[in-house]
Amino acid sequence: MSDPTVTQDLIKGADEPTASPVAVKDSRRSLWRDTWDILKRRKIFWISLVMLILFLAMAAFPSLFTHKDPEYATLAKSMEGPSSEAWFGYDLQGRDVFARAVYGARTSIVVGVLATLATVLIGGLTGVLAAYFGRWLDAIVSRVGEMLLGLPYVLGAIIILGTIAPAQSNPGKVMIMAVVIIVLALLGWPILMRIARSAVIQAKHQDYVQAARALGAGPMRIIFRHLLPNSLAPILVYATITIGSFIGAEATLSLLGIGLRSPVISWGIAIADHASYIRTAPHAMFFPAAFLSLCVLTFVMLGEAVRDALDPKLR
Amino acid sequence: MKADAESILEVRDLVKHFPLTQGIVVKRQIGAIKAVDGVSFDLHRGETLGIVGESGCGKSTLAKLLMALERPTSGSVRIRGKDITAARGAELKRMRRNIQMVMQDPYTSLNPRMTVGDIVGEPFEIHPDVAPKGDRRRRVQELLEVVGLNPDHINRYPHQFSGGQRQRIGIARGLALQPEIIICDEPVSALDVSIQAQVMNLLERLQDEFDLSYIFIAHDLSVVRHISDRVAVMYLGKIVELGSDSEIYDTPTHPYTQALLSAVPVPDPEGRETRQRIILQGDPPSPANPPSGCHFRTRCWKAQDICAEQRPALEVRPGSAHPSACHFAEVRDVVNAK
Ligand SMILES: Nc1ncnc2c1ncn2[C@@H]1O[C@H](COP(=O)(O)OP(=O)(O)OP(=O)(O)O)[C@@H](O)[C@H]1O
Ligand code: SF4
Ligand SMILES: [Mg+2]
Repeated sequence: MSDPTVTQDLIKGADEPTASPVAVKDSRRSLWRDTWDILKRRKIFWISLVMLILFLAMAAFPSLFTHKDPEYATLAKSMEGPSSEAWFGYDLQGRDVFARAVYGARTSIVVGVLATLATVLIGGLTGVLAAYFGRWLDAIVSRVGEMLLGLPYVLGAIIILGTIAPAQSNPGKVMIMAVVIIVLALLGWPILMRIARSAVIQAKHQDYVQAARALGAGPMRIIFRHLLPNSLAPILVYATITIGSFIGAEATLSLLGIGLRSPVISWGIAIADHASYIRTAPHAMFFPAAFLSLCVLTFVMLGEAVRDALDPKLR
Repeated sequence: MKADAESILEVRDLVKHFPLTQGIVVKRQIGAIKAVDGVSFDLHRGETLGIVGESGCGKSTLAKLLMALERPTSGSVRIRGKDITAARGAELKRMRRNIQMVMQDPYTSLNPRMTVGDIVGEPFEIHPDVAPKGDRRRRVQELLEVVGLNPDHINRYPHQFSGGQRQRIGIARGLALQPEIIICDEPVSALDVSIQAQVMNLLERLQDEFDLSYIFIAHDLSVVRHISDRVAVMYLGKIVELGSDSEIYDTPTHPYTQALLSAVPVPDPEGRETRQRIILQGDPPSPANPPSGCHFRTRCWKAQDICAEQRPALEVRPGSAHPSACHFAEVRDVVNAK
């Protein structure tokens, strides 16, 4: 998660003056237009975009992808391998592996997206405020962020989840999802805070911010008109990548028995339930694991493609 | 000279020290960068005051102090009698309408995510009473026309313009509030030589058209020569010599000014061959630790003991009509010297 090189690149890409003094004739172009022009030439962008649409469709309308009921169990077929009747075979309880993988998309993506949204809100807000106002606010926000980052991610999750929802407990479906989302966001916001903070600090010293101040602009105008629009790109890019890593993290927590659990259907739970049968019935774990990896990869690839396109140095 | 004697801006004993701190948890001040160290001058209505000095001598810091973008350590900046360094809130905002700035780098001084119309129109959004809402677009287009840009390009983004055009956008933004004073911090040093003259001519035309007073900052005496009515030479946070255009160029009395002038290329090829060039030794000392007495003494060929002991005040000295901060000030025509 806290890969320093990724963070560095994002910050550098944040906003350097675009080195294109050429006046372009009459077409209305913006930096987003330029980004789009680069993106649409990248194969990796199109691949990840198609995969993203596929996964989102799966999350929204799982019944389009399978007519089987993911809850329907035929114990007699427990662990039966792939066949013409069930392409991915049956799981431990005799449920259709493919149907469960399809229905699992919704949980995983909802958890990933909501946790990222919370992360962006908390991290973005604290980062922008810390950078703009500096002094003691910056000191407090930065120290708290460092403390949380110093705590190994899984350890932090075990401590919090183990207290609120220990492995044997049986919280409701919505409740356990909410708790997992909060834990992910709580441990994840410092990285976004740092990205937002450095992007804003960099933008803050630009001459155009000084010019706005000289005109008499107040903090609200400076933050919303000048700092945020110029810091948004790295935040958005990192958020996309974060969705992917949160989906992975959610699965890790399930595997440890402290994350989502039945009756919720998710890839992480499917992997956790069948991890000990990997020799006898590899298919029961392989397919959810493949969906999970592909989905994580989709978000990470998309984020990185956009980041590269936004990097003015590559223009 | 077009300037009349009415002072529109009065700067008195302006000081800006940036504290040098050590330690992360408990910050201790271990010294200070004396970026601006006691600067006083007046700006008259309609005139151009050139401020010249080497890199790091505190020109930009001085500009920021005048614009109230930095708070001074001490001293005052009075605009039409009111001290902008003491103004806060609504009063400061009102005072800003009268003093605006053109920045050095046309690539960083315009927000890349805003259109030209938004950039030049922002002053009206901040000060809504200057232009009624329905009128703003027209006002922005007028401003673009005034600075020599196509008013139809209002929806373009800064990166679609060349450096010179961008500088014009910055000038249009500075003009929007109809200020009396404009501070130009090296407005042409980032531009191609061929473009520099155009922008300088534009600034001169605007001065006549709108009766502006300029403070024109440059690191080279040749740049300010044809635009300035008076020139102040800065060294290490202080003004060392202040005089009219001809006083500084023809009868400089401070050794530092003489050295700067001797390096200015002269149009007359004969003069170039015969005049002496004064080559200064070494770099300027650090503003964190300036020499005692005269700041210039470490590089001055005329330095005596008294230069280390007594700080020479900026005052009119015998044999010359304009103030100079040198114990041994004497006229020396370096440009025309044979
Ligand atoms: N915010 C700051 N904090 C600490 N020191 C500063 C700050 N701003 C400027 N300085 C220092 O003050 C001194 C004067 O800087 P300033 O930018 O005013 O010089 P300048 O004359 O404009 O130079 P240049 O010609 O390179 O633009 C320099 O030594 C600089 O390092
Ligand atoms: S006071 Fe002394 S050191 Fe300073 S400029 Fe004059 S002669 Fe040189
Ligand atoms: Mg400067």
